[in-house]
Amino acid sequence: MILKPRLEDIKIIGYYLGKIILGLALTMLVPILIGFAFGEVNPALDFLISIEISLIFGLILTKLCFTEKDLNWMQGMIVVSLAWLAAMALGAIPLYLSGHYKSYLDTCFETMSGFTTTGLTLVQDLDHLSYAHNLWRHLGPFIGGQGIAIVALSFFVKGTSGAFKMYVGEAREERILPNVIHTARFIWLISITYLILGAFSLGLVGKAIGMKTVNAFFHGACVFMAGFDTAGFAPQSQNILYYHSLLFEVVTIIIIIAGALNFNFHYQLWSGNRKEMLKNIESRVFFISIMLTFFITAIGLNQLGVYPKAIVLFRKGFFQLISGHTTTGYMTVYARQFITEWGNLALVALICAMGLGGCACSTAGGIKMLRIGIAFKALKEDLKRIILPEKAIVVQKFHHIKDIFLEDKQARSALLITMAYLGLYLIGAIIGMLFGYPFLDSLFESTSASGNVGFSCGITNAGMPATLKLTYIFQMWAGRLEFMSIFTLIGFFVAAIKGK
Amino acid sequence: MIQNIKYQISNTKITNQNSKILNFGLSFCILIFGFWNSCFAQPISSTELINNAKQYDGKIVIYEGEVIGDIMKRGGFAWMNVNDGQNAIGIWVNASLVKDIVYTGSYKALGDRVEVTGIFNRACSEHGGDLDIHSQVIRKTAPGRQVRERLNLGKRNLVIVLLGILCLIWILSLLKRR
Repeated sequence: MILKPRLEDIKIIGYYLGKIILGLALTMLVPILIGFAFGEVNPALDFLISIEISLIFGLILTKLCFTEKDLNWMQGMIVVSLAWLAAMALGAIPLYLSGHYKSYLDTCFETMSGFTTTGLTLVQDLDHLSYAHNLWRHLGPFIGGQGIAIVALSFFVKGTSGAFKMYVGEAREERILPNVIHTARFIWLISITYLILGAFSLGLVGKAIGMKTVNAFFHGACVFMAGFDTAGFAPQSQNILYYHSLLFEVVTIIIIIAGALNFNFHYQLWSGNRKEMLKNIESRVFFISIMLTFFITAIGLNQLGVYPKAIVLFRKGFFQLISGHTTTGYMTVYARQFITEWGNLALVALICAMGLGGCACSTAGGIKMLRIGIAFKALKEDLKRIILPEKAIVVQKFHHIKDIFLEDKQARSALLITMAYLGLYLIGAIIGMLFGYPFLDSLFESTSASGNVGFSCGITNAGMPATLKLTYIFQMWAGRLEFMSIFTLIGFFVAAIKGK
Repeated sequence: MIQNIKYQISNTKITNQNSKILNFGLSFCILIFGFWNSCFAQPISSTELINNAKQYDGKIVIYEGEVIGDIMKRGGFAWMNVNDGQNAIGIWVNASLVKDIVYTGSYKALGDRVEVTGIFNRACSEHGGDLDIHSQVIRKTAPGRQVRERLNLGKRNLVIVLLGILCLIWILSLLKRR
């Protein structure tokens, strides 16, 4: 029997949702300050309007639904999934007011793409966008990469039990520190420390390659935020191609790899435990996967003679590959070049890399290296069971921060989520094909949206069908939250209709 | 004997003249035909260049658009990015040719519009495989300008109205608490 949700459930969900909206509203102060600093009055007004609307919604929800009760699992999951929708709807307002988008749906697409660290864009005339709006495009991934609920967890939520449920709801299961709020704060500490270092480094590189000082450091901050959070937005329409610089590409690669690594690795590195990187199942699988997919990409590019020299092939091929594998989506080629020049083999390798994604508990999307590692360990265990005598006891171990014995529960969970991702990639591809796009193009774009990558082969543009925009919005949302919160939300609505 | 030598010399002169004319004619023909094959006299859009990059690779093209962002000087050369309204393409140019560029496109400026004539590279081996144009000639077709921002009164009024609503909710919530 399905139980109908009680009014109390709705009140608790509303209250915590309101808190998250209030937290989100405060983040809009940053672009307002930037707007006034650069003398951009109208963009600053856009953010003032948005912050006021967000505060009104947040206040109404927290006052009407006021409660002192903590969240249970179901409520926590629903709060998270609704929070991302609310963030999309409210975060889209300033972008819509900028006049650089053809519809409100396009701005919702852009905001969801930003918050989920995807990086697919529908912006028009990006090269004339204000500093304030451009910063907001890049701040979105920085907030979403760490987790929208984590913003609230870090500053507004008192109870650790409810906080943990929201933390898990945002596809983060690992606790770096015993207390989840301390974990959330540590994630922010890492991100802000790297932001300062990364933005400064990119700013210096920008200066060295001939950019104006203000632009160099502004671009540095933006590219860092979207790079470390594996989003792939850039302040100019040419993405990373704009800079025409090997040095800029190298620094960007370092940043995106750092972003795709498990926050636990960063903690281990900060604690002086450098050996963890060598022993950990995730880092090993990540390394092997990068090598393998790059090898196939290189063969594909070489077969077609896409690039005139081996070094050029390496520079272009490796940048796109690592950008795709870390689910960043930074590009140094034009979108259509993937289809017109790269050929099927290189494209398939890139799709595989995008689908596999980065590490768990990072800002990266995709299936995640930990799950791939566990799936392989489970396969190895099963093969051993078949090969070895029946009486033999087969035990499989893997190292992830500590030595862990592989259990069926872990293997089942890893395979279930992997299956869900593969299903999502395929569904998006089929919907793309329904609109007349070729299979490989559709699969490429669908994997990019679901894996929160941000590469485009040209399908994503303001003129694409609204249904496809909605499909990609759903894919980005589901891919970022790793399904559980969304399944719970769907279950909640089903219970509201059918429950007794 | 002397006459014979003179005749030979004059004959050689005629042969030299003929060969010069022949050489000139041949060179002219090669140049014309070559140019016909490798140069596109009309400006080509960025989409056309990107989508058919193999067709235009290594050929002289004319590309027109607005200079955007930074002009990044690299030694005696510079990179400037030119947007034709569809995409932006990087132009590798002698630094002396960009001296006339006053405005580059941004939120507060419309960049100078330029017509670039140069060699199109699908995957430039000199620049790490970038799709670019190595410019030979740049002509400013329209000057850019500063964009003066006018205060949007509608937005300002909306800010005030929303602020009023926000204050009202705040006051009501305080009253409710009491």
